[in-house]
Amino acid sequence: MPQITLTVNGTPQKLDVPANALLVDVLRDTLALTGTHIGCDTSQCGACTVHIDGRSAKSCTVLAVQADGAQITTIEGLQSGATLHPMQEAFRNHHGLQCGFCTPGMIMAAVALVADKPDIDEAGVRHGLEGNLCRCTGYQNIVAAVLDGARAMQTSKAGG
Amino acid sequence: MGIQAFDYVRPTDLAEARKAYEATGDARYIAGGQTLLPVMKQRLAQPAAVIDLGGIAGLSGIRVEGNALIVGAMTRHADVAASADVRRLIPALAHLAGLIGDPQVRNRGTMGGSLANNDPSADYPAAVLGLGATVLTDSRSITADDFFDGLFATTLEEGEIIRAISFPVPERAAYEKFPHPASRFALVGVMVSKGAGVRVAATGAGQAGVFRVSEMEAALAKDFSAKAIEGLSVSPDDMIADMHAPGAYRAQLVGVLARRAVAALQ
Ligand SMILES: Cc1cc2nc3c(=O)[nH]c(=O)nc-3n(C[C@H](O)[C@H](O)[C@H](O)COP(=O)(O)OP(=O)(O)OC[C@H]3O[C@@H](n4cnc5c(N)ncnc54)[C@H](O)[C@@H]3O)c2cc1C
Ligand code: FES
Ligand code: FES
Repeated sequence: MPQITLTVNGTPQKLDVPANALLVDVLRDTLALTGTHIGCDTSQCGACTVHIDGRSAKSCTVLAVQADGAQITTIEGLQSGATLHPMQEAFRNHHGLQCGFCTPGMIMAAVALVADKPDIDEAGVRHGLEGNLCRCTGYQNIVAAVLDGARAMQTSKAGG
Repeated sequence: MGIQAFDYVRPTDLAEARKAYEATGDARYIAGGQTLLPVMKQRLAQPAAVIDLGGIAGLSGIRVEGNALIVGAMTRHADVAASADVRRLIPALAHLAGLIGDPQVRNRGTMGGSLANNDPSADYPAAVLGLGATVLTDSRSITADDFFDGLFATTLEEGEIIRAISFPVPERAAYEKFPHPASRFALVGVMVSKGAGVRVAATGAGQAGVFRVSEMEAALAKDFSAKAIEGLSVSPDDMIADMHAPGAYRAQLVGVLARRAVAALQ
């Protein structure tokens, strides 16, 4: 079985994984990080979005062996201590979720999007969330949350 | 449903990759995996070995060489879209890359993978054919006109590896896409370029995959204006007709998008 090293939410992990294991399965089943959801398993919905070396990716469409040596961030790694990440806080404030199934993926996609383009506008958010589907909210509050989260990320960065 | 078991190989150079391919009767290369993994999940591909091109140095990255832009096969769509060189020299190519799928797909998917796959609704084939690029492999170079060979087919030989794509820098080029609203693939996409000559290439439309619209090219060579191609169209009988759009709709879009692309360049 191939042996790989992943740094997941800051913690290095040496893992033996079958070559055909998907990254999402290793995160959920081996590392018990079940915040990363599997919605479609067909690369469409984005519920499984995590960051690989700082970039958003659908972890159902990445082999764990392909991620060997990478830094992985999941929704569990976003908050610092008891303090929610500004994007998580914004989703809460704006009611950017109903059932919450798509939320971890939405937030991970949003954080990567804003890191890439801090001054993102509404059209940019809508285009940038094309890989994430929500069956509940109608997206309105999600977009509002991401725009507000973007501002909060700027402020928290400026404030150190 | 999981993916069937396979042997995983991660070579560090092209020769080793080719050897690994030839050593196995039934192998597939993996680049970004954004097409191959979904296909393997559906069991439409069940290779005995998967050879990861991700460990080969020098396959990714973009450089300028004389009047050409060379894009490594493993370059991710997002990096093409963001590249300062691509945006300066062939902005239409950066624009096209930024329209592929969604950010997550663009962060993993590669130009070489897209071209080797030659999906009839993919975007890069329109760029390669419409800009008159050359596909550089581990053993030869193939002009765009000789590369695409029908639906999901290319003239790559068994085991041949795309190394890079060389795009001649055009005077002007524009890409217009009508995306399928759910999949984001091109219902129709048209690349128009003017350089050594005029090229018009349409993807998403033709039953035999990406194609050049020679009648429009001839008209534009005489008079590079949207007016010059008004009234010119392709035959609906040669177009893809499916649940998303009939052939006549796609034929109409080829004309509309070509005129928009030309108008954007005037
Ligand atoms: C949700 C979603 C939306 C998408 N939307 C679009 C879209 O709008 N437009 C679009 O064009 N595409 C779209 N795609 C496809 C995407 O662009 C893929 O990234 C691309 O088609 C394949 O590239 P890859 O690097 O992921 O290749 P892989 O999946 O790794 O490989 C694909 C095939 O190419 C072969 N291959 C890979 N690299 C090489 C090489 N260097 N030499 C020889 N053979 C090679 C592999 O063996 C395999 O057969 C979408 C995909 C998804 C999942
Ligand atoms: S579970 Fe990965 S995209 Fe839906
Ligand atoms: S909140 Fe239910 S799927 Fe988005």
